[in-house]
Amino acid sequence: MALAVNDLRVSYDGKEVLRDVHFSAPSGRLTGIIGPNGAGKSTLMKAVLGLLAIDRGTVRFDGKPLKKMRHRIAYVPQRSSIDWDFPINVRDTVLLGSYPSLGLIRRPGRPEKEEALQSLRKVGMEEYATRQIGRLSGGQQQRVFLARALLQHADHLFLDEPFVGVDAASEDVIIGLLKELRDAGKSIYVVHHDLSKAVAYFDDLLLLNGEVVAYGPAKEVLRPEHLGQAYGAFGSLIAGGESR
Amino acid sequence: MSGFLADVLDYGFLQKAMFTSVIVGIICGVIGCFIVLRGMSLMGDAISHAVLPGVAISYMLGVNYFYGAVVAGVLTSVGIGFVSEKSRIKNDSAIGIIFSAFFALGIILMAKAASSVDLTSILFGNVLAVRSADMWTTLAIGVIVLITVTMFYKELLVTTFDPTLAAAFGLPNRLIHYAVMVLLTLVTVASLRTVGIILVVAMLITPASTAYLLTDRLPVMIGLSALFGALSSLIGLYISFNYNLSSGAVIVLAATALFLLALFFSPKQGLLWRSVRTSRNRKAAYTGD
Repeated sequence: MALAVNDLRVSYDGKEVLRDVHFSAPSGRLTGIIGPNGAGKSTLMKAVLGLLAIDRGTVRFDGKPLKKMRHRIAYVPQRSSIDWDFPINVRDTVLLGSYPSLGLIRRPGRPEKEEALQSLRKVGMEEYATRQIGRLSGGQQQRVFLARALLQHADHLFLDEPFVGVDAASEDVIIGLLKELRDAGKSIYVVHHDLSKAVAYFDDLLLLNGEVVAYGPAKEVLRPEHLGQAYGAFGSLIAGGESR
Repeated sequence: MSGFLADVLDYGFLQKAMFTSVIVGIICGVIGCFIVLRGMSLMGDAISHAVLPGVAISYMLGVNYFYGAVVAGVLTSVGIGFVSEKSRIKNDSAIGIIFSAFFALGIILMAKAASSVDLTSILFGNVLAVRSADMWTTLAIGVIVLITVTMFYKELLVTTFDPTLAAAFGLPNRLIHYAVMVLLTLVTVASLRTVGIILVVAMLITPASTAYLLTDRLPVMIGLSALFGALSSLIGLYISFNYNLSSGAVIVLAATALFLLALFFSPKQGLLWRSVRTSRNRKAAYTGD
């Protein structure tokens, strides 16, 4: 199993956000993490990546704990968490992806810079290499962050809401690239809130509402009874149009 | 000006003053970039004030004020972190509470410390009174600070730009935060003699902010900031020597003058060009160009 989560419990200020989260994801799948607002989607991702304290539970990547697997994991956080006025350009932002493999002290050199440009080419952003990061559209910014993740050569790729505030063209580029990576055997996890494209985008879905409501192939997860359980009566209405 | 240069060549105290204040300008400029970009300007002000009790205790114990200041600086940043994390007090209030307490304690301790210590010179600096020992302390701190920033540039950049990404990389954000605090304390200690405790925050923030207005690349920002810091020190020293004015105050005003120039005339962010551009665009909109 690429990612095995067992008996995970997370709380903020004494309030339980996630409970009894338990699932095992095989490798080489493109998995969407869906659920209503406040379902704990981003929290689950952060907990799995060790970015917040968990009450209990275990997380294993390819059978190993996070600490031993960090260099095999890439993470694209939500875009909102960044200072867009920061004095850094597109190429240097992508170059950050080379840092984990460089270790302490060593600086990125010519090979890393060359590779950063290649990554930018893959997401169609090469011509923006010297642009300050804030002077891009939301979709362009997201593509740059994906280019940075590519530079990490990770086996496990985590993206938190990559399609929020992103234009259709960028969304196509990103999902196309994610599918390519999946075909190359990478395991990809995406926090996502738009149910309408869930089947088209993802192999598997993890439907979350404080706990795992359903997990499996996308079509099976999007059944009315599951959505009703996660979203309430309104959800089963959406599901009526969804599953057909 | 040539008279000043001749004086520099003639008087050892002036050479020491110049050398020390230029180093201070450079290291304040470098560390200041990270302080500004991390949104820690208030913290910079706090730490610089809070070293006072450490300096006083060092004088009492007869050791270099460097040691006491570092201990006080670290205690302050830990104290601020403790109050804002363990209680509902917001970070800026926690900073205000802790640093003013340390500063107040420092004022009392300074009065109790040996009478040879001049509180005013610690608070406001007196670059012309820089002794050889101060110069060497400043140089040593400068070397430590510059080597540390060069060695850990990658880590400083990523934790400053995107702490979440840094955490995902497995970098210890908290440790790096405290390391920046220690560097900040060191820089404050180095600045005691030239600009003094009260005004050192200006040397940290103003040249860095000036540079920030002029570039979109961090390495360039750091270089410019160091340059502006050193330049302010030189201009300040020259004016303060010739007109017998308080050195720290003049150095800070020189840095402010450079900042105002950048604020209005910077090609990218300058208010002047911005308003020219806006009025041009408006005209274009009216005439339908």
